[in-house]
Amino acid sequence: MVAAATVVLVVSAPFRRAAADGAGGTDTQDDRSTTEVAELEAAREAKYREIRDAELDHRTGKLSDEDFRSLDNSLRAEAISILKALDRARES
Amino acid sequence: MATVGRALLILGLAVAVYGLAASLYGARTGRRAWVDSGRRSMYAIAGLMTFAFLILEVAFLRSDFSYNIVASASSTTTPTAYKAAAVWSTQQGSLLLWVFLLSLWSSLALFLTRRRVREIAPYATAILLGFCSFFTLLTILFANPFSTTANPPAEGAGLDPLLRHTTMMIHPPMVYTGYTMLTIPFAFALGALITGRLNSEWIQVTRRFALAAWLALGIGVLLGARWSYTELGWGGYWAWDPVENAALMPWLLVTAFLHSIMIQEKRGMLKVWNVSLILATGTMAIVGTFLVRSGILSSIHAFVSDPTLNISFVVLIAVMVISSVGLVTYRRVELRSESQLDSLLSREAVFLLQNLVLVALTAVIFWLTFFPLISEAVTGTEQSIGPPAFRPFVVPLALVIVLLSGIGPIIAWRRVTVANLRRSFAFPAAVAFLTLVVLLTLASGVDTHVFALMMFCFGAFTLAAVGQEFWRGVRARRAMTHEAAPIALISLVRRNRRRYGGYTVHAGLAVLLIGVAGSSSFQHSRYATMKPGQSANIGGYNIRYVKATASPSAQKITFGAVLDVTKGGHHVTTLHTTYGLYPSQDASLGVVGRFFNSGSVESRIGLHAGLFRDIWTVVNVGNVAPLQSYITKGDQLFAGAMAAVQKAPAAEQQSRLNSLYVLRDQLIGELTRRFITHPWPVQFLLIVSPLVTWLWLGGIIVAFGGLIALWPIPVLARRRVRSAAYAARLARELA
Repeated sequence: MVAAATVVLVVSAPFRRAAADGAGGTDTQDDRSTTEVAELEAAREAKYREIRDAELDHRTGKLSDEDFRSLDNSLRAEAISILKALDRARES
Repeated sequence: MATVGRALLILGLAVAVYGLAASLYGARTGRRAWVDSGRRSMYAIAGLMTFAFLILEVAFLRSDFSYNIVASASSTTTPTAYKAAAVWSTQQGSLLLWVFLLSLWSSLALFLTRRRVREIAPYATAILLGFCSFFTLLTILFANPFSTTANPPAEGAGLDPLLRHTTMMIHPPMVYTGYTMLTIPFAFALGALITGRLNSEWIQVTRRFALAAWLALGIGVLLGARWSYTELGWGGYWAWDPVENAALMPWLLVTAFLHSIMIQEKRGMLKVWNVSLILATGTMAIVGTFLVRSGILSSIHAFVSDPTLNISFVVLIAVMVISSVGLVTYRRVELRSESQLDSLLSREAVFLLQNLVLVALTAVIFWLTFFPLISEAVTGTEQSIGPPAFRPFVVPLALVIVLLSGIGPIIAWRRVTVANLRRSFAFPAAVAFLTLVVLLTLASGVDTHVFALMMFCFGAFTLAAVGQEFWRGVRARRAMTHEAAPIALISLVRRNRRRYGGYTVHAGLAVLLIGVAGSSSFQHSRYATMKPGQSANIGGYNIRYVKATASPSAQKITFGAVLDVTKGGHHVTTLHTTYGLYPSQDASLGVVGRFFNSGSVESRIGLHAGLFRDIWTVVNVGNVAPLQSYITKGDQLFAGAMAAVQKAPAAEQQSRLNSLYVLRDQLIGELTRRFITHPWPVQFLLIVSPLVTWLWLGGIIVAFGGLIALWPIPVLARRRVRSAAYAARLARELA
């Protein structure tokens, strides 16, 4: 009985919180913008990792100066467009 | 407490079903409270299963034989540590462990992702709760660990002697951790397919769980190999047993996945491949669980077959396959690649090739593992397949994998110029060539083992490539920061954990496979039947049977042998191997006979492990014919005495029985000691095997590399800098 009561308390907590906040509706709009921001943040982190990898590849001699410059420029341009999109998503 | 345990399982099932429905309803309607409630259901199940598992553990530790599984798998004389581990030696206990670990890891995953992948998470939660419902239902209906008896026996049957090994306490929980963790990326991948959110976010969220599963499963497989080598008494570490293969296949697939997701993260490529790979991995984890539990394929590791359980698993696997194939087909347009391969001379190309080889290797192992079933279905006759069938396919593919493990780290993403390629390959290729020359010059007989020779050279190539990468990285770091070399190395690894953790894994894999190639190609093995004072030669060593040992105890009779190993007249080591006989519970074998003619035996090997060579031996004292006349006479005498005791007044029976047991123990002691006073010839398996230690060392290096890669990456400048120009902001955030 104690276990069952504890389970009910744990599982029903979000409904009690929603009732206390007076929020009974859907959160679809919030979720959609949060999802977009999260997706762009994930893309940003991946792009940053790619830029760092290219830098390390260059420093360890796997990429020539010329290749690195061209690659780094294109990666940074891609990163900047992600950052712009991220700011737009956050503002909206 | 058994009733409480049963109630917890039923409550767990009810919560899982509720949570599944709440998650789906929340996902469909967008009501966050329902989604949160669904997620919290998983936390509640984790709590309930922890409680249920603890009840069962306590029952084992207290030797509560009213629980049927405690009576069947433990005894009062079982050491405490093995009592705790005996829980998962049974079908029922191991299923509960499965649900417990599944709920625990799922709770952790859902907690860590509670504010991320908001559209995918509710579906992933529902799928994970679906797995929980399935396994809890199986536990309740077909494998209830809390079933009890009204008339508990005074003593349990005891734990299978083969399982009384340190690694067996850790091996099953590690393998189950791997299997259960693999359901997490599976669930998120299906969630991504359902919602159409197929960019790299779900991969970022679940990558760490895929990596943790890879690590746990890998450690589990390695511990299983160690158990086989030191406990099973055949001298090998891998027998291509179906259950061993069942753990290896998802490990190979998740290895491929961990490489190919990097291509999706960086280039938006291979989306279909990645999602298919992780869905196949999750399905293979359930197939592995099924193989352990079903006994459909002959295996030393499998539980007894249960047709109802088997049908349930087949249905689950069918649902997983159909839903995976259906959803991937439905989303094929969204899964199109965002870019194309720039060059065949790039790390992406190497990863692709490595993926194909790993998948081919898995396909070969799958085919050969299931071949007995397939042959039975087609021809009506089950054809068994042994290790020789695997070698022609596995060895060449393993060679390619090792070579690619060396090429991957020294080749850049996107494209490479020939000049850079030459500079990166020069040192590893030179080391590989030097290894070839040295081996052909100094090592006799190596030229006749072409595959082993290739593995040594490719392994040397990989080790040199990884060493070069570390050296170049440290040099670059020192040029920037002027740090001392050890500090620069630590900083380099700390800032690039995925990369250098991965490189460490590659080095470990090379060491491991060099060990496998050396030990399997250059092993000397023979049987020798000897009496004390006699000796046998093997692999340049002389092994002399010095003396016999014997020790009777309440739990088992142990016969043993002390052997002296010499080489060229010089003492190398002394080995002690034993052969333990556990008394049978079958009274028909006789009062004395059940101690000597038991089917439960335990071999303890004598092992001298070295960096370059292992000397391994095991004694077999299964033949107790020289004692048989005494055993038969003893059985007859005690049978008569027992019959006399039963005719005595009830009040005297117990004391007379106790006196008889004392006499019986004295007789058993005397008979056992005859192995020392009148030793008879016994059979030894003698093995001299090179480089086995490299296998274990390689495994430890792989696990260490995995831990480095798994360790959380420091939060790198995630602050928002609104006022700065984007380029400056980018530079700052990357700094």
